[in-house]
Amino acid sequence: MSLLEVRDLSIRYGDTAVVSGLSFSVSSGESVGLVGESGSGKTQTALAIMGLLPGNAVVGGSIAFDGREIVGATERQLDRLRAERIGMVFQDPMQALNPYIPIGKQLRRVLLRHGINDGRKADQRVMHMLDRVGLPDPARQFRAYAHQLSGGMRQRVMIASALIADPDLLIADEPTTALDVTVQAQILELLERIREETALLLITHDLGIIAGHCEKLLVIDNGRLAEAGPTRKLFSEPQSAHTRKLIDAAPRLDGVTRPAPAPAERVLDTEAVSVSYAERSAELHAVLDLDLQLMAGETVAVVGESGSGKSSFVRAVLGLIPMRAGRVTFLGKDIAGPAKARAVEIRRDLQLVFQDPAGSLNPQLRIESIIAEPLSVHAPELDAGGRRERVADALQRVGLDEQLLTRFPHQLSGGQAQRAAIARALIVNPKVLVCDEAVAALDGSVRAQILDLLRREQEATGLAIVFISHDLAVVRSISHRVMVLYLGRLVELADCAAMFARPRHPYTRALLDAVPVPDPLAPGGKLSLGGEMPSIINPPPGCAFHPRCRFALPRCRIEPPRARQVGDARVACHRAEELEL
Amino acid sequence: MVSGGILCAIGLVAVIGPWISPNEYLTADFNNILRSPALADGHVFGTDDLGRDLFVRTMMGVQVTFAVAIVASVVSLVIGVLYGATAGFVGGRVDAVMMRLVDTLYAMPFIFFVILLLVVFERNFLLIFVAIGAINWLDMARIVRGQTLSLREREFVQAAQLLGVSTPKIILRHIAPNLIGVVIVYVTLTIPQAILIESFLSFLGLGVQEPQTSLGKLVNDGTDQMEGSAWLLLIPATLLAVILLCFNFLGDGMRDLFDSRRSE
Repeated sequence: MSLLEVRDLSIRYGDTAVVSGLSFSVSSGESVGLVGESGSGKTQTALAIMGLLPGNAVVGGSIAFDGREIVGATERQLDRLRAERIGMVFQDPMQALNPYIPIGKQLRRVLLRHGINDGRKADQRVMHMLDRVGLPDPARQFRAYAHQLSGGMRQRVMIASALIADPDLLIADEPTTALDVTVQAQILELLERIREETALLLITHDLGIIAGHCEKLLVIDNGRLAEAGPTRKLFSEPQSAHTRKLIDAAPRLDGVTRPAPAPAERVLDTEAVSVSYAERSAELHAVLDLDLQLMAGETVAVVGESGSGKSSFVRAVLGLIPMRAGRVTFLGKDIAGPAKARAVEIRRDLQLVFQDPAGSLNPQLRIESIIAEPLSVHAPELDAGGRRERVADALQRVGLDEQLLTRFPHQLSGGQAQRAAIARALIVNPKVLVCDEAVAALDGSVRAQILDLLRREQEATGLAIVFISHDLAVVRSISHRVMVLYLGRLVELADCAAMFARPRHPYTRALLDAVPVPDPLAPGGKLSLGGEMPSIINPPPGCAFHPRCRFALPRCRIEPPRARQVGDARVACHRAEELEL
Repeated sequence: MVSGGILCAIGLVAVIGPWISPNEYLTADFNNILRSPALADGHVFGTDDLGRDLFVRTMMGVQVTFAVAIVASVVSLVIGVLYGATAGFVGGRVDAVMMRLVDTLYAMPFIFFVILLLVVFERNFLLIFVAIGAINWLDMARIVRGQTLSLREREFVQAAQLLGVSTPKIILRHIAPNLIGVVIVYVTLTIPQAILIESFLSFLGLGVQEPQTSLGKLVNDGTDQMEGSAWLLLIPATLLAVILLCFNFLGDGMRDLFDSRRSE
């Protein structure tokens, strides 16, 4: 008999059905992946299983857990089921943990509530769990607060808290979406390890994650089950069009890279750019001595985990944050200094697209005024008609429908909002477009469309793009060259194809290994890098990467490597010549 | 919506009432001192201890109260929002100086401030409202500044800065509209406060002067006659309560209306 039996589940809010006719089952010890794009109803399904849907949700059908019905159960019955029988891990561990209570105490509360009344025994169990999920020094972390832990550590704590009462089923809702790829690989590995004792329902939009970690797969589309079956079979012969679409849209590490762009003039040139923050008397280097040349019509990706200084670097170049040292030249003109001090034409030529489309559009303005806003600064001579023409043109370039012009940002989907943000940047015909994680918050298929849009725009206008991302798989399809950063320092800079074919730095290799690939036979997401990026407050001496490097020599601990040309790449590693990665 | 309707109705009656009523608000009818409310003789709300018609006086009071509410809140709204948003957005030294000025004004005793104003510019009906508004904007400025500090970090503001939109324009176009939720809520708190301050001032003899009147003053007068003629207290007090309540509900409604996210 299966542990969880969902039959004909439907969830409605008023007249809007978010889930309808969904049936599936999870047996004990099994790991099942629930895949769908955002808005497909996957989180709603998880909440329904936990009995956590808001009061205005109308739930139909049946959810039986171990023979007991959850739909319509009383709060008291549900309370016994949660934690003891079903544990849940949420997407954002910062929001799921109480910032005012030390994490050990939070975990202990779960235990005290569910059976263990002896305080000392509870503490021991908490310590044991923290140790099991791989938290270093559990005795100390017991007293730590959520904000003192890194994102990956927080997610470990969440997993510990979900598992502490020894549930039979663990529901993980996008547990790694907010994390870096390398940390994601660590968390997935952890989930794999705890599989021995509990069944797992893994909810995600990323097929790559599922491919390596789930036996069974459920694909849902618009609240309906599109396809279900063993993972391998679904990948090798997908039956439904939706599954195929998801597989096709997933970024891969094979496939073609873009051909080198035609030689063109150099638009942007940075030399030894450093950004630092003063902290008490110390100087913290967020970015150290970065050089980058950007040609017209070229895309350079800037890649690294969070804290690698990639955003600080481009923001300093754009003049949004002060630079400590270095030169920035745009078309031969020195433009170092704050954006405010730059000539209007130069500000027009450098545009930025933010990660979160919802946050970068003023919620109180209609799309039309948002897109038209740059014109009021850069083309004030236009009359209303001329402005409308330019807006219409920009809309067409990004593939947005004119009907959306009168909408407010919150009425747009994530993809539409990001297109609007791109339209706002493109309407003044800039020469350089900086995309700061511009597709990170989007679904696979939407992401592919946006990348396609950027490529087309580039080919049509010779736009130079700086593309910041933490995800090498995304970078591969859009960029000509890739620059990998670690702790604000250059790690490797090479042509995209060359880097993917033969990474020269151990860190690049680790990033590549960590990318989950939508292929059950070669799933990627391998854990070749332990630990987390150190903080700039306390950078390791010598090579910043040495504490995590498998190939570190005594020399790496003392002497920082200088970036130099090795083969066709610029690498900062003492052993770049000898290592076969 | 209902609240708005009630407020409009009260306002309308307050303006028209005195015109159509057979009684004058100044005329003392010594034959009818302290008459209880009755429809028959035209004194719908009864009369006070000088025989003046309470209906007409109440309506005059409502007019004054509305005027206080509107003038004081508009004054505090305009000054407070612009001042707070500027301080919060520009930040740094400008912010420090601007907010210390607010702190200084805060430290001044309110009554002292009003007396000072009244001494400098003689006693003036409008001046009192301005004085109340000028006090209330301090709170408004602080709240708006706090909100602005968090709005300033939002990406759409950064985007506008990067586009080269000028600072005043960013404040007016990007910061101010996003403050509406907070500001409206605060204004609905300000209005009752202003009305209360006005009645307090009137009680001290610093506010509205006889023969003019306001709801607060009527309530105060009514308190003296509470035992014999309860209506003198009850009628203006009830009206005052209804008005305050309506302003609160109206505030909620306005916030929903102005906030684009809630408007569907």
